[in-house]
Amino acid sequence: MNLTDHEKAMYEGEHGRAKARAMDLLVRYGEALGAERLVETNNVAGAFNASTPSVQAIAEKGMEHVYSELNLDSDEVVEVPHMVAHTCQLITGIDNDNWELQGVDKALVDMQRANEKYLGRRGVNMFATCTPYQVGNVPVKGEHCAWMESSAVIYCNSVLGARTNVEGKESTGAAALTGRIPYWGFHITENRRGTHLVELDIEVDDMMDWGLLGYYIGEVIGEEIPVLKGAGRQPDLIKLKHFGAAAASSGGVEMYHIPGITPEADSIEEAFGGRKMKATFRYGAKERRETYEKLQSSTEKKVDFIMLGCPHNSIDQMALIAHMLENRKIHSNVQLWVHTPRAIKQVAERNGYIDVIREAGGVVMSDTCPAISRRLPAGTKVIATDSAKQAHYLPAITGVQGWFGSVSDCVDAALTGQWNGRA
Amino acid sequence: MDIATEAKPDTIELKGRKVVAGRAEGEALVTTETISGWGGINERTGTVIERRHEMRGVSFAGKILVFPGAKGSSGWSAYFHMTRLNGVQPAAMIFTRMTTKIALGAVVTRVPAITELDQDPLDVIETGDWVVVDADAGTVTVTKKKPA
Repeated sequence: MNLTDHEKAMYEGEHGRAKARAMDLLVRYGEALGAERLVETNNVAGAFNASTPSVQAIAEKGMEHVYSELNLDSDEVVEVPHMVAHTCQLITGIDNDNWELQGVDKALVDMQRANEKYLGRRGVNMFATCTPYQVGNVPVKGEHCAWMESSAVIYCNSVLGARTNVEGKESTGAAALTGRIPYWGFHITENRRGTHLVELDIEVDDMMDWGLLGYYIGEVIGEEIPVLKGAGRQPDLIKLKHFGAAAASSGGVEMYHIPGITPEADSIEEAFGGRKMKATFRYGAKERRETYEKLQSSTEKKVDFIMLGCPHNSIDQMALIAHMLENRKIHSNVQLWVHTPRAIKQVAERNGYIDVIREAGGVVMSDTCPAISRRLPAGTKVIATDSAKQAHYLPAITGVQGWFGSVSDCVDAALTGQWNGRA
Repeated sequence: MDIATEAKPDTIELKGRKVVAGRAEGEALVTTETISGWGGINERTGTVIERRHEMRGVSFAGKILVFPGAKGSSGWSAYFHMTRLNGVQPAAMIFTRMTTKIALGAVVTRVPAITELDQDPLDVIETGDWVVVDADAGTVTVTKKKPA
């Protein structure tokens, strides 16, 4: 790989051992990709935290061991200096307030808090959410980023027009210390153009519709770049957040175009930018129904646990759920967890939404989600969720049965203890 | 010619590009489906756990993993990284579709890895074949298993 003088100096250790190890990882990674060079980045969103049992043994030796092994893939233990790039922490495994409800050991909570102090002083901003774009990190069009979290990456590329690949724990750790990431994939303009056309034969309207469409597209397109034709009504942040998370779960979609809505294409032609269209898919009532059926992994109508807020809820979603639960009580056999970023939780608290959800018997969680933490209320066998992503992952990770549906179907299940959702 | 590297008549040699250096041999485990890291594997056992995956319940520990590549969460590298720390990583990776997830994942799993082969490894290699991956030489040597 071609390195600049500054990159060579970092690689050779002139700026300290941590940056040398970071450059070593970036060079190994860049060569694996076949990248010719690195690109400067000043926007890193990664997973730096120590919140899982598997990290505990390493964390006991010291937080520099965690960063060295897990964020730099370095056998040499290095002192970690201040981050050079603007850097934030994505979602973690532990809610700092509700850890007892999650069933987390106090020792793990203490480890996460100690790790947050260590990282916080070094410039890792503790957003602790899968949706940094909801709480202040909104990159501008064309900005080179190094982000993890597939649902955030697809949002960053497609809705914001900023540029990132799906990075990992080690590459974001190295990028934060060096301000560099391999110049490959979505950093390069030509690679951002559409590959497949998806023609919509039915109206895609509410959040559930967008989740189903995303899940379908991920299944048929895998890792390619879909261009949507016929998306009638203007989608908003909530719908595109769900659409992208679903497409990135069933497949590996990291970028899409909705001409006239997303920033890099005003027309179908511009979305393809001269690239040859590989195939066209049609999405109609049949595809929607089949996708809905694929997302159901339960045969038991009696539900124990309702999970809302994946990706983390916006303030408007919190308002809607509070409205649906106003003066009502959830069923005594059911637990309801609603997930939102900590910064949004503060606004929701101020608005009174948190009180309404609590009075109905629900819990508002931040910092984490059940799929990341692998923690559900004790004894959970059947879940219901409004998230295609959680419906995809939770049964696989935790062995529960799952229902997927609209937010109102899920709130109804919370109130009655029964799943009555419909496609 | 070095006898060790000379292709024997009952073997097939594929040529490709090194992703991670090194040499490893072992039994092939082949899937035509991409694999998720986070949420798709158990990093303590090296087993695929994805609900509708054809390899669900199968462990890749110590195998030459032949697959199209990675999909799903950005935790891919971190989970394969942990398979190495837990000693249940594959012996080598042969894949067909380059992505940042698979590149970084192969790098931190620190096993020989190869891609861009001159024949489709998913056609040529079957589960149970004996496979030698020499990433530095850019070769994959396949000895077909005996028919049962």
